Amino acid sequence: MSQSPLLELENLRVSFPTPKGRVEVVKGLSFTLGRERLGIVGESGSGKSMTGRAILRLVRRPGQQDADKMTFDGIDLRRLSERRMRDLRGARISMIMQDPKFSLNPVMTIGEQIAEALRTHERLARRDVQARVLQMLEAVRINDPKRVMALYPHEVSGGMGQRIMIAMMLIPRPDLLIADEPTSALDVSVQAQVLDLIDELVRDKGMGLILISHDLNLVARYCDHILVMHAGQVVESCAASELHNATHPYTRGLLAAVPRMEETREELPVLDRSAWSGT
Amino acid sequence: MTAISLKNLDISYGPTKVVEAASFDVAEGESFALVGESGSGKSTILKAIAGLAPDWTGEITVLGQPRGHSVDHGFASRCQMVFQDPYGSLHPRKSVDRVLSEPLKIHGISNRDARVEDMLAAVGLDRRFRFRYPHQLSGGQRQRVAIARALMLEPKVMLLDEPTSALDVSVQAEILNLLKKLRREQGLTYLMVTHNLPVVSFMCDRMAVMHKGRIVEIAPASALHDGRFQDPYTQSLYAASGGNPDRKD
Ligand SMILES: Nc1ncnc2c1ncn2[C@@H]1O[C@H](COP(=O)(O)OP(=O)(O)OP(=O)(O)O)[C@@H](O)[C@H]1O
Ligand SMILES: Nc1ncnc2c1ncn2[C@@H]1O[C@H](COP(=O)(O)OP(=O)(O)OP(=O)(O)O)[C@@H](O)[C@H]1O
Ligand SMILES: [Mg+2]
Ligand SMILES: [Mg+2]
Repeated sequence: MSQSPLLELENLRVSFPTPKGRVEVVKGLSFTLGRERLGIVGESGSGKSMTGRAILRLVRRPGQQDADKMTFDGIDLRRLSERRMRDLRGARISMIMQDPKFSLNPVMTIGEQIAEALRTHERLARRDVQARVLQMLEAVRINDPKRVMALYPHEVSGGMGQRIMIAMMLIPRPDLLIADEPTSALDVSVQAQVLDLIDELVRDKGMGLILISHDLNLVARYCDHILVMHAGQVVESCAASELHNATHPYTRGLLAAVPRMEETREELPVLDRSAWSGT
Repeated sequence: MTAISLKNLDISYGPTKVVEAASFDVAEGESFALVGESGSGKSTILKAIAGLAPDWTGEITVLGQPRGHSVDHGFASRCQMVFQDPYGSLHPRKSVDRVLSEPLKIHGISNRDARVEDMLAAVGLDRRFRFRYPHQLSGGQRQRVAIARALMLEPKVMLLDEPTSALDVSVQAEILNLLKKLRREQGLTYLMVTHNLPVVSFMCDRMAVMHKGRIVEIAPASALHDGRFQDPYTQSLYAASGGNPDRKD
């Protein structure tokens, strides 16, 4: 394992054309990631998913991306041919997309899809492939995995779809996992089990993790470091343990808007979007 | 009057029965939550009520009228559903403007322009989103369009499947406040699926808890304050969600 950082990102920009000219939705993002866990939180539309996609060079046209530096394990991702980039995706860098069912192939069974993800990475006998797929579905807490392997994506529930996507992205044992709202459809107990599984891979296999989520408690618990994004920029960067002492008014506003188990407020506080400068 | 009444509802997909003997009543103006294990049949129940899961037996009554086994178009103006998956539920080639004005057109409602603008504002979307297509929106922006579409026809009953789980907490707060206000002002009834117990605590009066295709408990939302749940599955869900099971005071 090299000592150089897993991922280095400097001045990442993503823009889209609009009637008023090109508008940047990611405005100069920089960070360095080791074999550790980075959380990205922030308002809807703040550029979290676009940041994840840009690392994999998956920003769709007419969107454009650009960075002063984008290096993964010493490889300059900006200069990589599309073919080599494709080899990297799914094998060494995986992304769990925010729209799991949309990302699954609708005409292939769940079992076939996960098996395919595994085979692109490893040569295994047919029987071993089946066993690994089954084992992976169990690991993400799918009940009755044999039945589920034979189902098509439209036949699984929202939370099952998310876990299937996670299984598919973890099975090739990537070096870097980008997880975009991976557990938003899961209740807390299943969520914890799935995130513990991801955590295990970070600890034991040295995987790097970028966890994108709007759940502040979740990132505080499962990450080492946190970036808070707003309107394409990082407005706060802190150790996960410090999130609850965050000082930026935007971060404070987010924390106040979380409903509580013993809720008594008639109305939840919302962000006054004019309260902070710069946007 | 009861807004939604389910009696002994069994729902199957082909040979597999996924919901068994579900029964509950939701009063008019009530906000009722359906929580429970992933894959336990929550979305399936909403789909059956909306006429999208045709293979069921038992009784479903909405606003006093028994439901048939298929989609009924007059039904749409009284009862609307927001789907769990905002990606699949928006037509990829329809702009936000078209998605929102079409139901008005079909039902012969005028003043469409102003209504669309007002609704976008109500769900916290800037007017620059009005002529965009789904692929030009973030996850949370799409979900807000889906909620806006359901509200366009001013239905009496809303079936909400994880309406805010794709949203960040600040937008979630805006949407939940909006739903609460509409309920207060227009007496809407909500049947809402969510895995988030604090959201239930904020939004709902009662909750049904599902586990492996069955309703294992129906409890008042106040149980989230004092932990008074009967069923072991509910108790574990509550404890895992950060509820304090020893608070029975
Ligand atoms: N094709 C496009 N054309 C124009 N703008 C776009 C396009 N695709 C995305 N955007 C805009 O880019 C911004 C960032 O989107 P992104 O998907 O990164 O948000 P996000 O932070 O992941 O939000 P969410 O929490 O809602 O998923 C959004 O405001 C979105 O509307
Ligand atoms: N079209 C279908 N064909 C066959 N089985 C289906 C179909 N749709 C759903 N199922 C099965 O029905 C069960 C219940 O699914 P449902 O979507 O109702 O779960 P849910 O409680 O909403 O879960 P989640 O919280 O994960 O969304 C699951 O086991 C699922 O695999
Ligand atoms: Mg996103
Ligand atoms: Mg569901």
